[in-house]
Amino acid sequence: MTQEVSARETYGETLVKLGHENEKVVVLDADLSPSTMTHFFAQEFPQRFFDCGLEEQNMIGIAAGLAASGKIVFASSFAVFISSRCFDQARICLSQTGLDVKIIATHGGITVGEDGISHQAIEDLSLYCSLPGFTVVVPADAVETAQAIRAAAAMYGPFYVRLGRGKAPLVCPRDYQFTLGRAAVMREGRDVTIVAMGIMVAKALEAAEVLARQGVNCRVINMSTLKPLDDEMVITAASETGALVVAEEHLAQGGLGSRVAQVVAEKMPVPMSFVNLKDSYAMSGKADELLEKYGLTAAAIVQAVKSVMAKKQ
Amino acid sequence: MTEDVTAFSAQAVPPGDRLDLPPAQLEEIARKLRRHIISMIATAGSGHPGGSLSAADILAALYFHVMRHRPQDPHWSDRDRFILSKGHAAPVLYAALAESGYFSVEELGSLRKMGSRLQGHPDSKLTPGVEMSAGSLGMGLSFGIGVALAARLDNRSYWTYVLLSDGECEEGQTWEAALFAAHFKLDNLITMVDCNGMQLTGFTREVMNIEPLSQKWQAFGWNTIDIDGHDIKQILSAITQAKTKKGKPTIIIAHTIKGKGVSFMENNAKFHGKAPTSEEAAKALQELQ
Ligand SMILES: Cc1ncc(C[n+]2csc(CCOP(=O)(O)OP(=O)(O)O)c2C)c(N)n1
Repeated sequence: MTQEVSARETYGETLVKLGHENEKVVVLDADLSPSTMTHFFAQEFPQRFFDCGLEEQNMIGIAAGLAASGKIVFASSFAVFISSRCFDQARICLSQTGLDVKIIATHGGITVGEDGISHQAIEDLSLYCSLPGFTVVVPADAVETAQAIRAAAAMYGPFYVRLGRGKAPLVCPRDYQFTLGRAAVMREGRDVTIVAMGIMVAKALEAAEVLARQGVNCRVINMSTLKPLDDEMVITAASETGALVVAEEHLAQGGLGSRVAQVVAEKMPVPMSFVNLKDSYAMSGKADELLEKYGLTAAAIVQAVKSVMAKKQ
Repeated sequence: MTEDVTAFSAQAVPPGDRLDLPPAQLEEIARKLRRHIISMIATAGSGHPGGSLSAADILAALYFHVMRHRPQDPHWSDRDRFILSKGHAAPVLYAALAESGYFSVEELGSLRKMGSRLQGHPDSKLTPGVEMSAGSLGMGLSFGIGVALAARLDNRSYWTYVLLSDGECEEGQTWEAALFAAHFKLDNLITMVDCNGMQLTGFTREVMNIEPLSQKWQAFGWNTIDIDGHDIKQILSAITQAKTKKGKPTIIIAHTIKGKGVSFMENNAKFHGKAPTSEEAAKALQELQ
């Protein structure tokens, strides 16, 4: 059994380290700091932490003002609230200005579970990928989270980073080196490529294992930076393996699948298949039950690989 | 009809659709709702006990005395509407709906489970009696205004009740709605604040001070009434008083205690969004006998 670690906790701890390294780091939250784990930073640096209360839109405006005055701002809440609720503020104050604000959204996707559809952010990546100038990252595990948060702090400009609620298996190797805008090959293969992000990377690796026993060699790519996308990695995979499956915890529209398909269609058309939430909301339930019901499983990826292989020339 | 739109009276609809229970019985109902809240959340293993318990007396008064409604006919067009803006208090709403007959009390045990009609936050498409889907705070007053405006447009005499949390008085949308309701003189809308003084992280005055709350609403053009939100008689008389106020919306600021009725949950931020263990639930149920 692989070790499971909470990416939120890693985020909270990384923020504290960043706070020690750079006094320009300021953190904002909206009455969720014990859940987003920004409360670690709040305890360590009470002067540089502001709880905005239930004022998400106000928080993004304040973040922009702080950033315009030289601060490196991290703003956190649940992914649902910090994406759709304050989208206009993000569009005008962050995207159109390019200011140095890092939106770190926790509890993304359906795996937030029992709270139900009001709390399940499944359109957030579509929203933030649509905004010019935003860098959008979905780390696959806690190891990658720590590095992605550091990379965000080091690069000027607005970011949207989505983390999950639960603990997730570690999939990145010990010597893993995260580079913004660069995807990572997690497993080599020549027959087909599975492109995945977030918790779906672990499922893709599991599917590849099953398929290997059936004689199918899958390449697995962790596409943790959705924007800017690693086009080169996509084109190489399409040309070398001739078929692609994209797996994500998001609606069909506007997320990783759409972004990869756009590159494939233009640069190297090959058959593709998609594993995602299609076009509907989920419901309350345990994370694992929901993943099963809505087809975000290794088995669903195996099926998608088989269907796309059948279409291969 | 040319009569003044503000001149509706509750008597316009035939009687018999109100349960009209006396205060002593309402107190017993409120205790029952609290027991359901504890059992439901403990069974589900997640949920929000604190803000559900603080609102139990208000919902008991509304569903079992004040409101005209027909549990067998949830879409009856003349029903009074109750809109739960603070959606995380879904358990108290489900308990009130079950006890008044919208669905069986047994169904409460399905809260938050796969396939249940009782979602973690209210879903108007799934649950009979739920007027508004909620869960993202600060949206309910706007929705209530829409419902109250429709009553005016359709010449209907139903009342619209909205329950806000004090935390929601931090959201900008709440104050946009406040301006609107006063501007359009919505006196068929009765808003209540479950003012338990706490939000997720801790005490509201420490996280984001909203006081003086009554004066803020007054400055926005509202009629305000401050009450003890656990005193059934005060709740009932405040609503009666609100109904006589013409030309202005009324807000009843109900001062409550988060976690009310369970000693170790009262004023305890830990039980904002955490289920009791089975031992804690047993202890809580004992206190609520
Ligand atoms: C827009 C929005 N932001 C954040 C949350 C997460 N959240 C759920 S309840 C809560 C605070 C609850 O405090 P309050 O609104 O006063 O409710 P009560 O104390 O009555 O439970 C928060 C921050 C949310 N549901 N909606």
